[in-house]
Amino acid sequence: MSSLKKCFNIRSRDFIHAGEASITVQQLLKQMRIDSALIRRIAVCGYEGEMNVVMHGGDGRFCIEINTERIVLDISDEGAGIPDIARAMEKGYSTASDAHREMGFGAGMGLPNMEKNADEMFIESVPGCGTKVRMIFFNRST
Amino acid sequence: MQASDLATQFNLTVVAGREGLDRIVAGGHCGDLLSEVMANAPIGCVWLTIQGHQNIIAVAILREMAAVVLTGGNVPDDATRAKADQEKIPIMLSGQRTYDLAGQLYAAGVV
Ligand SMILES: Nc1ncnc2c1ncn2[C@@H]1O[C@H](COP(=O)(O)OP(=O)(O)O)[C@@H](O)[C@H]1O
Ligand SMILES: [Mg+2]
Repeated sequence: MSSLKKCFNIRSRDFIHAGEASITVQQLLKQMRIDSALIRRIAVCGYEGEMNVVMHGGDGRFCIEINTERIVLDISDEGAGIPDIARAMEKGYSTASDAHREMGFGAGMGLPNMEKNADEMFIESVPGCGTKVRMIFFNRST
Repeated sequence: MQASDLATQFNLTVVAGREGLDRIVAGGHCGDLLSEVMANAPIGCVWLTIQGHQNIIAVAILREMAAVVLTGGNVPDDATRAKADQEKIPIMLSGQRTYDLAGQLYAAGVV
Protein backbone atom coordinates (compact mmCIF):
# COMPACT_ATOMS: atom_id res chain seq x y z
CA MET A 1 0.00 0.00 0.00
CA SER A 2 1.40 3.40 -0.94
CA SER A 3 1.20 6.36 1.41
CA LEU A 4 -1.82 8.64 1.22
CA LYS A 5 -2.52 11.94 2.97
CA LYS A 6 -5.81 13.85 3.14
CA CYS A 7 -6.58 17.10 4.93
CA PHE A 8 -9.82 18.88 5.78
CA ASN A 9 -10.50 22.32 7.25
CA ILE A 10 -12.55 22.50 10.43
CA ARG A 11 -14.36 25.71 11.28
CA SER A 12 -14.69 26.75 14.89
CA ARG A 13 -18.33 26.71 16.18
CA ASP A 14 -19.52 25.19 12.89
CA PHE A 15 -21.89 22.57 14.29
CA ILE A 16 -23.53 22.18 10.88
CA HIS A 17 -20.50 20.52 9.30
CA ALA A 18 -19.08 19.00 12.48
CA GLY A 19 -18.25 15.35 11.97
CA GLU A 20 -17.92 15.50 8.19
CA ALA A 21 -14.15 15.03 8.12
CA SER A 22 -14.47 11.91 10.29
CA ILE A 23 -17.26 10.53 8.11
CA THR A 24 -15.29 11.11 4.90
CA VAL A 25 -12.23 9.45 6.42
CA GLN A 26 -14.31 6.49 7.58
CA GLN A 27 -15.52 5.94 4.00
CA LEU A 28 -12.00 6.27 2.66
CA LEU A 29 -10.61 3.73 5.14
CA LYS A 30 -13.39 1.31 4.21
CA GLN A 31 -12.56 1.65 0.53
CA MET A 32 -8.93 0.93 1.41
CA ARG A 33 -10.09 -2.21 3.23
CA ILE A 34 -8.47 -1.21 6.52
CA ASP A 35 -9.43 -3.54 9.38
CA SER A 36 -12.92 -2.62 10.59
CA ALA A 37 -12.01 -2.60 14.31
CA LEU A 38 -9.23 -0.14 13.50
CA ILE A 39 -11.62 2.02 11.45
CA ARG A 40 -13.95 2.22 14.46
CA ARG A 41 -11.14 3.32 16.77
CA ILE A 42 -10.10 5.98 14.27
CA ALA A 43 -13.74 7.09 14.01
CA VAL A 44 -13.96 7.67 17.78
CA CYS A 45 -10.68 9.63 17.77
CA GLY A 46 -11.57 11.64 14.68
CA TYR A 47 -15.04 12.51 15.89
CA GLU A 48 -13.92 13.56 19.37
CA GLY A 49 -10.97 15.53 18.04
CA GLU A 50 -13.11 17.24 15.44
CA MET A 51 -15.78 18.14 18.01
CA ASN A 52 -13.14 19.59 20.32
CA VAL A 53 -11.97 21.94 17.59
CA VAL A 54 -15.57 22.93 16.80
CA MET A 55 -16.59 23.41 20.43
CA HIS A 56 -13.45 24.54 22.26
CA GLY A 57 -10.84 25.43 19.65
CA GLY A 58 -10.35 27.88 16.82
CA ASP A 59 -10.36 27.21 13.09
CA GLY A 60 -8.30 24.15 12.43
CA ARG A 61 -7.18 21.29 10.28
CA PHE A 62 -7.80 17.56 10.28
CA CYS A 63 -5.20 15.47 8.46
CA ILE A 64 -4.86 11.75 8.08
CA GLU A 65 -1.83 9.97 6.67
CA ILE A 66 -2.17 6.32 5.83
CA ASN A 67 0.72 4.04 5.05
CA THR A 68 1.60 0.40 5.36
CA GLU A 69 2.79 0.42 8.95
CA ARG A 70 0.71 3.14 10.53
CA ILE A 71 -2.05 5.70 10.28
CA VAL A 72 -1.44 9.16 11.72
CA LEU A 73 -4.27 11.52 12.57
CA ASP A 74 -3.27 15.16 13.19
CA ILE A 75 -5.94 17.51 14.47
CA SER A 76 -4.83 21.07 15.11
CA ASP A 77 -6.44 24.42 15.68
CA GLU A 78 -5.54 28.03 16.24
CA GLY A 79 -7.78 28.61 19.23
CA ALA A 80 -7.53 29.44 22.90
CA GLY A 81 -5.34 26.42 23.68
CA ILE A 82 -5.44 24.20 26.76
CA PRO A 83 -3.87 25.77 29.85
CA ASP A 84 -3.59 22.51 31.83
CA ILE A 85 -3.37 19.43 29.63
CA ALA A 86 -3.21 16.95 32.53
CA ARG A 87 -6.47 18.36 33.86
CA ALA A 88 -8.10 18.32 30.41
CA MET A 89 -7.18 14.63 30.12
CA GLU A 90 -9.10 13.73 33.31
CA LYS A 91 -12.30 11.79 32.75
CA GLY A 92 -15.26 14.09 33.26
CA TYR A 93 -13.34 17.37 33.10
CA SER A 94 -15.05 19.79 30.74
CA THR A 95 -15.33 23.52 30.23
CA ALA A 96 -18.35 23.10 27.90
CA SER A 97 -21.17 25.62 28.36
CA ASP A 98 -24.55 24.67 29.80
CA ALA A 99 -26.08 25.03 26.34
CA HIS A 100 -23.58 22.54 24.91
CA ARG A 101 -24.13 20.15 27.83
CA GLU A 102 -27.84 20.15 27.14
CA MET A 103 -27.01 19.00 23.62
CA GLY A 104 -25.14 16.04 25.06
CA PHE A 105 -21.66 17.47 24.65
CA GLY A 106 -19.31 18.21 27.52
CA ALA A 107 -19.15 14.75 29.07
CA GLY A 108 -15.43 15.30 29.52
CA MET A 109 -14.78 11.94 27.84
CA GLY A 110 -13.44 13.12 24.50
CA LEU A 111 -9.72 13.29 25.27
CA PRO A 112 -9.80 10.16 27.51
CA ASN A 113 -11.55 8.20 24.74
CA MET A 114 -9.07 9.44 22.15
CA GLU A 115 -6.19 8.31 24.32
CA LYS A 116 -7.84 4.93 24.88
CA ASN A 117 -8.52 4.30 21.18
CA ALA A 118 -5.20 5.51 19.75
CA ASP A 119 -2.05 3.43 20.07
CA GLU A 120 -0.16 6.63 20.84
CA MET A 121 -1.37 10.17 21.46
CA PHE A 122 0.54 13.42 21.85
CA ILE A 123 -0.93 16.81 22.73
CA GLU A 124 0.82 20.13 22.42
CA SER A 125 -0.94 23.33 23.32
CA VAL A 126 0.06 26.94 23.74
CA PRO A 127 -2.54 29.10 25.48
CA GLY A 128 -3.56 31.90 23.17
CA CYS A 129 -2.09 30.13 20.12
CA GLY A 130 -3.73 26.78 19.70
CA THR A 131 -3.62 23.04 20.12
CA LYS A 132 -2.17 20.10 18.20
CA VAL A 133 -3.24 16.53 18.84
CA ARG A 134 -1.45 13.67 17.08
CA MET A 135 -2.83 10.14 17.24
CA ILE A 136 -0.98 7.15 15.87
CA PHE A 137 -2.53 3.80 14.99
CA PHE A 138 -0.47 0.77 14.06
CA ASN A 139 -1.81 -0.74 10.88
CA ARG A 140 -1.39 -4.36 11.91
CA SER A 141 -3.66 -5.86 9.27
CA THR A 142 -1.31 -5.15 6.36
CA MET B 1 -34.91 -7.42 11.70
CA GLN B 2 -34.85 -4.34 9.50
CA ALA B 3 -35.36 -0.75 10.65
CA SER B 4 -38.77 -0.79 8.93
CA ASP B 5 -39.84 -3.74 11.13
CA LEU B 6 -38.99 -1.70 14.24
CA ALA B 7 -41.35 1.02 13.10
CA THR B 8 -44.25 -1.35 12.47
CA GLN B 9 -43.78 -3.62 15.50
CA PHE B 10 -43.29 -0.83 18.03
CA ASN B 11 -45.55 1.80 16.59
CA LEU B 12 -42.82 4.29 15.81
CA THR B 13 -43.39 7.19 13.43
CA VAL B 14 -40.75 7.45 10.72
CA VAL B 15 -40.04 11.13 10.10
CA ALA B 16 -36.80 11.06 8.10
CA GLY B 17 -34.25 8.82 6.40
CA ARG B 18 -36.82 6.52 4.81
CA GLU B 19 -34.33 5.36 2.22
CA GLY B 20 -32.41 3.66 5.03
CA LEU B 21 -35.32 1.58 6.31
CA ASP B 22 -33.76 -1.61 4.95
CA ARG B 23 -30.85 -1.30 7.40
CA ILE B 24 -30.41 -4.36 9.60
CA VAL B 25 -30.86 -3.77 13.34
CA ALA B 26 -28.12 -5.27 15.50
CA GLY B 27 -28.80 -4.52 19.15
CA GLY B 28 -29.75 -1.31 20.86
CA HIS B 29 -28.30 1.53 22.86
CA CYS B 30 -29.78 4.21 25.12
CA GLY B 31 -27.95 7.46 25.78
CA ASP B 32 -28.00 11.23 25.54
CA LEU B 33 -24.29 11.99 26.05
CA LEU B 34 -22.73 11.91 22.60
CA SER B 35 -19.24 10.86 23.73
CA GLU B 36 -20.69 7.94 25.65
CA VAL B 37 -22.76 6.83 22.65
CA MET B 38 -19.83 7.25 20.27
CA ALA B 39 -17.70 5.05 22.53
CA ASN B 40 -20.21 2.37 23.50
CA ALA B 41 -23.11 2.02 21.05
CA PRO B 42 -22.96 -1.34 19.27
CA ILE B 43 -22.30 -1.16 15.52
CA GLY B 44 -25.61 -1.43 13.64
CA CYS B 45 -27.76 -0.67 16.67
CA VAL B 46 -30.99 1.24 17.12
CA TRP B 47 -30.23 4.29 19.30
CA LEU B 48 -32.80 5.63 21.72
CA THR B 49 -32.19 9.24 22.72
CA ILE B 50 -33.85 12.52 23.59
CA GLN B 51 -31.36 14.54 21.49
CA GLY B 52 -32.94 15.88 18.31
CA HIS B 53 -30.20 18.19 17.01
CA GLN B 54 -28.26 17.54 13.83
CA ASN B 55 -25.06 16.29 15.45
CA ILE B 56 -26.77 12.98 16.29
CA ILE B 57 -26.53 12.08 12.59
CA ALA B 58 -22.72 12.12 12.57
CA VAL B 59 -22.71 9.78 15.57
CA ALA B 60 -25.27 7.51 13.89
CA ILE B 61 -23.18 7.32 10.70
CA LEU B 62 -19.89 6.73 12.49
CA ARG B 63 -21.44 3.89 14.57
CA GLU B 64 -23.16 2.61 11.42
CA MET B 65 -26.51 2.65 13.17
CA ALA B 66 -29.70 1.14 11.79
CA ALA B 67 -31.97 3.88 13.16
CA VAL B 68 -32.32 6.64 15.74
CA VAL B 69 -35.48 6.77 17.87
CA LEU B 70 -36.31 10.03 19.62
CA THR B 71 -38.18 9.13 22.77
CA GLY B 72 -40.36 11.02 25.22
CA GLY B 73 -42.11 13.00 22.50
CA ASN B 74 -38.92 14.71 21.37
CA VAL B 75 -38.70 15.77 17.74
CA PRO B 76 -35.77 16.39 15.38
CA ASP B 77 -34.80 19.86 14.12
CA ASP B 78 -35.37 20.53 10.42
CA ALA B 79 -31.61 20.35 9.88
CA THR B 80 -31.54 16.92 11.53
CA ARG B 81 -34.27 15.63 9.23
CA ALA B 82 -32.51 16.97 6.17
CA LYS B 83 -29.23 15.35 7.17
CA ALA B 84 -30.94 12.07 8.00
CA ASP B 85 -32.60 12.03 4.57
CA GLN B 86 -29.32 12.79 2.86
CA GLU B 87 -27.43 10.13 4.80
CA LYS B 88 -30.29 7.59 4.74
CA ILE B 89 -30.41 7.22 8.53
CA PRO B 90 -34.01 6.53 9.64
CA ILE B 91 -35.30 8.75 12.43
CA MET B 92 -38.35 7.51 14.30
CA LEU B 93 -40.45 9.07 17.04
CA SER B 94 -41.91 7.52 20.16
CA GLY B 95 -44.05 9.09 22.84
CA GLN B 96 -42.72 6.58 25.34
CA ARG B 97 -39.87 7.16 27.75
CA THR B 98 -36.55 5.62 26.81
CA TYR B 99 -36.76 3.04 29.62
CA ASP B 100 -40.19 1.76 28.60
CA LEU B 101 -39.40 1.49 24.90
CA ALA B 102 -36.03 -0.12 25.57
CA GLY B 103 -37.74 -2.73 27.75
CA GLN B 104 -40.13 -3.61 24.95
CA LEU B 105 -37.37 -3.82 22.37
CA TYR B 106 -35.29 -6.00 24.65
CA ALA B 107 -38.21 -8.30 25.45
CA ALA B 108 -38.86 -8.67 21.72
CA GLY B 109 -35.30 -9.87 21.15
CA VAL B 110 -33.61 -6.70 19.91
CA VAL B 111 -30.36 -7.31 21.76
N1 LIG C 1 -8.89 21.97 20.80
C1 LIG C 1 -9.09 22.45 22.04
N2 LIG C 1 -8.92 23.77 22.31
C2 LIG C 1 -9.11 24.26 23.56
N3 LIG C 1 -9.51 23.51 24.61
C3 LIG C 1 -9.70 22.19 24.41
C4 LIG C 1 -9.50 21.59 23.13
N4 LIG C 1 -9.76 20.26 23.24
C5 LIG C 1 -10.11 20.05 24.53
N5 LIG C 1 -10.06 21.20 25.24
C6 LIG C 1 -10.32 21.36 26.68
O1 LIG C 1 -10.26 20.09 27.30
C7 LIG C 1 -11.50 19.80 27.96
C8 LIG C 1 -11.77 18.31 27.93
O2 LIG C 1 -11.99 17.86 26.60
P1 LIG C 1 -12.82 16.52 26.37
O3 LIG C 1 -12.21 15.43 27.16
O4 LIG C 1 -12.93 16.30 24.90
O5 LIG C 1 -14.24 16.83 26.99
P2 LIG C 1 -15.43 17.77 26.47
O6 LIG C 1 -15.17 18.09 25.04
O7 LIG C 1 -16.64 16.94 26.67
O8 LIG C 1 -15.41 19.00 27.32
C9 LIG C 1 -12.53 20.64 27.25
O9 LIG C 1 -13.67 20.89 28.02
C10 LIG C 1 -11.72 21.92 26.96
O10 LIG C 1 -11.63 22.71 28.11
MG1 LIG D 1 -14.55 16.81 23.69
